[in-house]
Amino acid sequence: MTPFVTLTSIAAPLLRDNVDTDAIIPSREMRSTGRTGLADGLFAPWRYRDVDARAPDPEFVLNRGQFAAAQILLGGANFGCGSSREHAVWALAEWGIRCVIAEDFAPIFRNNCIRNGVLPIELPHSEVARFSGRIITVDLPAQTIRDGVRTLVFAIGAEAKAMLVEGLDAIDHTHKQRSDYEAWLATDRVVRPWVYLEHRS
Amino acid sequence: MPRTLFAKIWDAHCVATTPGGADLIAIDRVFLHERTGAAALNGMAAAGRPVVDPARVFAVMDHIVDTRPGRSDATLMPGGQAFITETRAAAHAAGIFLIDVTDRDQGIVHVISPELGIVLPGVTLVAPDSHTCTQGAFGALAWGIGSSEAEHAMATGMLRLERSRTMRVTFSGALAPGVTAKDMALALIARHGAGGGAGQVIEFAGAAVSALDMEARMTLCNMATEFGAMTGIIAPDDKTFAWLVGRRYAPAGFAEPHWATLRSDPHAVFDQELALDAGSIAPMVSWGTSPEQSIPVDAAVPSGPARAHEYIGLTPGQALAGTRIDAAFIGSCTNARLSDLRRAAAVLRGKRIAPSIRKALVVPGSMAVRRAAEAEGLDKVFEAAGFEWRMSGCSLCFYAGGEGFAPGSRVISSTNRNFEGRQGPGIRTHIASPETVAASAIAGCIADPRPLLAQVAA
Repeated sequence: MTPFVTLTSIAAPLLRDNVDTDAIIPSREMRSTGRTGLADGLFAPWRYRDVDARAPDPEFVLNRGQFAAAQILLGGANFGCGSSREHAVWALAEWGIRCVIAEDFAPIFRNNCIRNGVLPIELPHSEVARFSGRIITVDLPAQTIRDGVRTLVFAIGAEAKAMLVEGLDAIDHTHKQRSDYEAWLATDRVVRPWVYLEHRS
Repeated sequence: MPRTLFAKIWDAHCVATTPGGADLIAIDRVFLHERTGAAALNGMAAAGRPVVDPARVFAVMDHIVDTRPGRSDATLMPGGQAFITETRAAAHAAGIFLIDVTDRDQGIVHVISPELGIVLPGVTLVAPDSHTCTQGAFGALAWGIGSSEAEHAMATGMLRLERSRTMRVTFSGALAPGVTAKDMALALIARHGAGGGAGQVIEFAGAAVSALDMEARMTLCNMATEFGAMTGIIAPDDKTFAWLVGRRYAPAGFAEPHWATLRSDPHAVFDQELALDAGSIAPMVSWGTSPEQSIPVDAAVPSGPARAHEYIGLTPGQALAGTRIDAAFIGSCTNARLSDLRRAAAVLRGKRIAPSIRKALVVPGSMAVRRAAEAEGLDKVFEAAGFEWRMSGCSLCFYAGGEGFAPGSRVISSTNRNFEGRQGPGIRTHIASPETVAASAIAGCIADPRPLLAQVAA
């Protein structure tokens, strides 16, 4: 995974509450079992005036010239609610978004971001809105956002931060503690034998 | 120190703590479906990572399968068949147990997992599906994850998690006739917002929750994700244990002494507490494009975000009841179990849906539910009323590009999401209980089920 250290980009405002993953990538835009080919369907219901013809709606934020290469998206409350589809984050990342700043996130979406090198930052709505259309620099190791005028500090868990800054593969990382799991399993099999099933096929 | 039910399950599954302060939580069960399962299994295969314990991983075809009788792998969703065939191939290669399209046990993942006794009190269960919280009704810690997390759980037997905060939602009193678990969930979300759960684990408690049967408890927990929670959970009790007796993968009674300890201690402290009076809840219907935009069926549309009013085509101050509908849908992991179908059929018995309804579907939550309903003659009631009687699957809870409602349709639906475009581009969805869907289908407009239910009872 690409490490996330610092990022400087214009911040594209999509300051609606409850932006759901069906809006970020509708089910009908998930056309293959893979993780790619999704950027075209990103925000399809809002981004295109005619979805089938892929005719863009010039009013939609990502279609406006200054935001065509935006890597930072601003959102409202409960961003990424709804379906667990990781395709929402894959689509955002494929389009070029590497950081979403919002009032708060739906929990599954937030985890999906971290697993894909996309930084989710939570700030009060008034702070998020002040970044609209500005070029800002996100510094993850320092946990700051600079907009040329002021420097804002944001909070993020140590675990999420380490995963993103170091670009760690979570599975490889967890495998290092495999012996802890084996020990836990040996005990648990005695305590809760009914959890463990026989191979069937 | 007194602990919550959540803490007891979490602590029992905490294998180790990471240097970053996260916990490694052992995962007892993983459930996949064809929409997101192939991506996870293929990702693991590509990385050369085996499933650590395939016997505890299950997969089912439910999301995009055809629900018309006589179905096969062919699906109405363009390109959909590949999701089915690739998931099947990947499941076989990984050695995990697959419940296939035409299997007797096929059904929606969160309906069949309890039917088969795959979810059990005190287990950790994850699935790449947001409504996995449904299964918290059994006192399991069950929650939705992404495909990458599903790979992680299958490859390592664990997930790396920051310990969740906890909330208790206490429903006191008793529900009035015609009011259901669906209405409890919508009332909660309407009052505290679609993000009100704030990523927490929510224990549902109180007299009105204890009084719910297991299927209604599943409906309540199902909507925890619509409340922004990590998941919902209900302490297991005698109803839970009785429900699990004889289920295929459930143990014989000897686990019950352990299960009986799975409850929050009397003085356990939650990070947040909410309380609602169940007796004050009316049948709820959504008026907008978020589940938080829900009101009692006899209330007027409030003033909400302009976008929501514009999309749904309703203005502040107008009555919601009486709004003409074009289609009715009874199905989904929220409300398609046998008790849901019984209650809807009780409203519909001997009646016809309005001639203006262009599409009316009943899609049972599982093939077992379908068979049980047919044994009671419910299929005949639905068909006589003008509903189509389908095979099991997720069906039109969402639009995947295949079967859909007629353009411009306004739909009354027993599902969980009324998002813009959820059931198709421009489709306007009103979510409600199965009895409210049935009553509205008869009336041809959004309707209060209570007068019809009173007739049935009389």
